[in-house]
Amino acid sequence: MAIEKNAPAIELINVSRRFLSPTGKSLTALRDFTMTVQRGEFVAVVGPTGCGKSTTLNLVTGLASPSAGEVRVMGAPVKGIDPRIGFVFQSDALFPWRTVIDNVMAGPLFRGKAKSEATAAARDWLARVGLSRFEQHYPHQLSGGMRKRVALAQTFINGPEILLMDEPFSALDVQTRVLMHEELLRLWSEAKASVVFVTHDLEEAIALADKVYVLTAGPATVKSVYTIDLPRPRVVADIRYEQSFIDYSRTIWADLKEEVETSYARAAA
Amino acid sequence: MTDAAIDIRAGAFKPGTSDAEIEAAAAKTSQRRRRTVIFWRVAILLAFLGLWEIAARQAWIDPFFYAMPSAIAQRLYEWTTEGTSEGPLWYHLYVTMEESVIGFVTGSVAGIIIGVALGRNRMAADIFSIYIKVINSIPRVVLAPIFIMILGLGLASKVALAFVMVFFVVFHNAFQGVREADRAMIANARILGASNWQLTRSVIVPSAMSWIFASLHVSFGFAIIGAIVGEFVGSRYGIGLLINIAKGSFDAAGMYAAIVIVMVVALGAEYLMTMVEDRLAKWRPQPLHETQ
Repeated sequence: MAIEKNAPAIELINVSRRFLSPTGKSLTALRDFTMTVQRGEFVAVVGPTGCGKSTTLNLVTGLASPSAGEVRVMGAPVKGIDPRIGFVFQSDALFPWRTVIDNVMAGPLFRGKAKSEATAAARDWLARVGLSRFEQHYPHQLSGGMRKRVALAQTFINGPEILLMDEPFSALDVQTRVLMHEELLRLWSEAKASVVFVTHDLEEAIALADKVYVLTAGPATVKSVYTIDLPRPRVVADIRYEQSFIDYSRTIWADLKEEVETSYARAAA
Repeated sequence: MTDAAIDIRAGAFKPGTSDAEIEAAAAKTSQRRRRTVIFWRVAILLAFLGLWEIAARQAWIDPFFYAMPSAIAQRLYEWTTEGTSEGPLWYHLYVTMEESVIGFVTGSVAGIIIGVALGRNRMAADIFSIYIKVINSIPRVVLAPIFIMILGLGLASKVALAFVMVFFVVFHNAFQGVREADRAMIANARILGASNWQLTRSVIVPSAMSWIFASLHVSFGFAIIGAIVGEFVGSRYGIGLLINIAKGSFDAAGMYAAIVIVMVVALGAEYLMTMVEDRLAKWRPQPLHETQ
């Protein structure tokens, strides 16, 4: 398998993922799932709750492996955890016993960088997310939005070429969330990473992404793909009032709604 | 207990009261509360001791069995100034503490290491869990005679007993703490680039630390129990020996005096432990336990 220079950042080719439930039943989370993310592209994945959106990300990180099909990162099959990947979690995954700066420098230190170098890089990233004054604070002393910014700095400091985000802002209030969207787009445009952003919030997906993948109710497979042709740089706070945004929203929601209803009906049954 | 938030009730202050005045009033309230707590603590202690003393002097209870606070104080005074019938009190205390501390340190270190190792390795945990359950079901004190037979009357047998008392408590908590470590946090560390050893050292162990500390609090008490039971069964020195001798000579005051000494030491150790924990756990929003 020759590694192509211009291979897409991420390819999932006919991937299925089954796992065993605690009672020993085989469950299918993903079925014949195909997705391609180009380098520097921002892809959002939306789907009903519990359909298997997060599973796609775990396959790319190498934390989970596919039952069938192939997952390729930068043209090469995934073997274990790829150092070029960064991941932002839905829940708070910061280390609560470390100060803000120690949290941010965790990545470089794990990767064998010298302490002085890691500290300098961490200072730089904290300045970029506007948290220089909070270096010595512990996570519990920060607000939810600030903790998310620490998490972004912690991820971006490793210079990831691929950024996976699993509903990262779903626990934040609406105003903070919009600020975080701006922050993320700014960091992304500087870092030129390829992003897969999993969310259940359609507007968030349209506001941020170049492409929106709509998944079916579980077992998830791709239902449709929409290219979002809104100009960049985008101002997330205002974009939602533009006519083209509303049109995208309406079209994709019509599509997504069916799946949400299926999933809801199934859960109620 | 003293830093509970004090709510400012509506109507308690006239409109236009400045913040400084409200704060001063709040500080006063909290001080008054603290004084009340201390007053009642002392009052209850005095009442208890006084009642005991009176009951013994009036022969409501038999002072031969129950002694009385003044006799216990007298005995403690004699022991500290003149020494016990078996030599100076400090030496006995030193021996018991030495046994407890060595047993505590070795037992907790072993408990943490093995607990973390088995917590990280599911296969090993499945294999060994049955043995640990079996051994754990043995009441620890029945091992005392065996240890004394094997290891003799000296230090080693008491340390061994204190060790087994401590080990299982710490082991269980370390194991559980590792199992409860947050999945997302572990995944985060691995993606950030942590090797297995880095993951254990900088994520798993710190996150199990509050579990481990919870067990360390009780287990120092267990170490003292181990040392004293060992001394009961056979020894030449130690607080346990003093209690045993007091029992042999029907010296109730002596037994209670020994209990008081152990109590003071255990409280001191608990205080030290809390201090260390508070220092280590300054990242936590609130300590899991009240300090007093």
